[in-house]
Amino acid sequence: MSDTPPAEPPSSEVTPEKTYLRRRELLKNAGLFAGTAVAVAGGLHLLGRKQTRPMDRFVPDAGRVTFPVVKGPYDTDEPPTSYEDVTTYNNFYEFGFDKNDPARFAHTLKTRPWSVVIDGEVHKPQTVDMEQLSSWFPLEERVYRMRCVEAWSMVIPWLGFPLAALLQRVAPTSHAKYVAFTTLLDSEQMPGQRRGLLDWPYTEALRLDEAQHPLTLMATGLYGRELPNQNGAPLRLVVPWKYGFKGIKSIVRITLTREEPMTTWRLAAPREYGFYANVNPAVSHPRWSQASERRIGDFERRPTLPFNGYAEQVAHLYTGMDLRRFY
Amino acid sequence: MASSPYPWLNPALVVGGLSPLVMLAVQGPRGELGPNAIEAALHQTGLLALVLLLASLACTPLRLVAGWTWPARVRRTLGLLAFTYAVAHFLVYAVVDQGLAWGTLWADVTERPFITVGFAALVLLVPLAVTSTNRWVRRLGFPRWQRLHRLAYVAAALGVVHFVWRVKKDVTEPLLYGAVLAVLLALRVGEALRKRRVRAAAAARNPA
Repeated sequence: MSDTPPAEPPSSEVTPEKTYLRRRELLKNAGLFAGTAVAVAGGLHLLGRKQTRPMDRFVPDAGRVTFPVVKGPYDTDEPPTSYEDVTTYNNFYEFGFDKNDPARFAHTLKTRPWSVVIDGEVHKPQTVDMEQLSSWFPLEERVYRMRCVEAWSMVIPWLGFPLAALLQRVAPTSHAKYVAFTTLLDSEQMPGQRRGLLDWPYTEALRLDEAQHPLTLMATGLYGRELPNQNGAPLRLVVPWKYGFKGIKSIVRITLTREEPMTTWRLAAPREYGFYANVNPAVSHPRWSQASERRIGDFERRPTLPFNGYAEQVAHLYTGMDLRRFY
Repeated sequence: MASSPYPWLNPALVVGGLSPLVMLAVQGPRGELGPNAIEAALHQTGLLALVLLLASLACTPLRLVAGWTWPARVRRTLGLLAFTYAVAHFLVYAVVDQGLAWGTLWADVTERPFITVGFAALVLLVPLAVTSTNRWVRRLGFPRWQRLHRLAYVAAALGVVHFVWRVKKDVTEPLLYGAVLAVLLALRVGEALRKRRVRAAAAARNPA
């Protein structure tokens, strides 16, 4: 026992109670501040659209076409859009509405076996297996500009064969005026078809002379590889002087008709999407001026060319037509 | 203000609310916004402008429904954040996307209804942002200031219409925001009717 009081620390080392309490208050507030800031930031980030760059950062080796490829005419010498962008920025509503949905979800599409029905006004209607169909024609590489009605564009090295060659083989009758195309109808493989936003299956059509034009291509590949599902495997249409939505993907039926067929986007919004859909900087879409476009990968816009730069080859198909009326 | 029970709330909202904009500014030039970075930036700034505007319009209904008073203290911050994103959205469109091509911009605003309504919404938000300070509330007098700031309802409605008309086919998402706005406005209308009834009843009890 001692009478001396317990040794106290010097007053300089004692935090005054008020400061001590304020410090705790400050720490608590700092914590709440940080927590709230992070929660708000996280919430807003989640609301923003997800940008995914799945897929390969380079051209994959898998799916490389092993047989010889003929160099096609009409190539553009503009630099091709990257393989990554061509295969991850797609409109294929059967697999979702965001541009990167098709690359994420189109793996559910089974492209083997695949057969194509060719019927209607032809002398030799038939159902042909995809392997057989592609063995009929030598594969050509065609580097084409592609212009979407949403005012973006790409340059894509397609592999394929002219539709004219296929039509010649099935021999159109003298009544044939149009060629209609139909995509697969199977919501198991194409889950987007469960939502009735468009009148499934997707259909598109060309006038017979457009279909027979040497520029019109049936594509089975791109960048020297088989067509990825999101780009319309195993068989799609490429009409480089028309807006991209004419290029119907994953075709199961080709029908030659006497009357002009109805097409999917025209049915959905006739004021916005016409039958012809020729790239035309002078005729605006209600939401997108068509005067200029952004090439994917570019920063600045560029002026859009009539018929997407293929006027010399195709303008004669439309002589005498008012392309404001027949848009 | 110093005695506010949640002194961290507004600064936290500013930091958290601006972080997506900072992320866009960082990711855009680094090519991390996907193949069409400008379109991605347009989508995100536009969406966040609408979300934050709806959040600012949710403050009063939250007080009416839940009895909370704290939302009233963040309403101005939310409104100014919404305005910031609306301006960013417009600048991405006018400067980055269109490269300040005045002819095209003019044609867009006058000929394309979806751009017309979006632009109108932005214009309506300008006086609200300018008069957001306490000094302006005093200068205008609260009732007048309050009437002016009801333009936020119109701006939000135009924002929803802008979104609906922009979408090519799937209007689910814009209509969800429209539904939220409708609920928020309905709660306000309900409250206004209730107040009117109370006033009428009071007037009936004490005829002047």
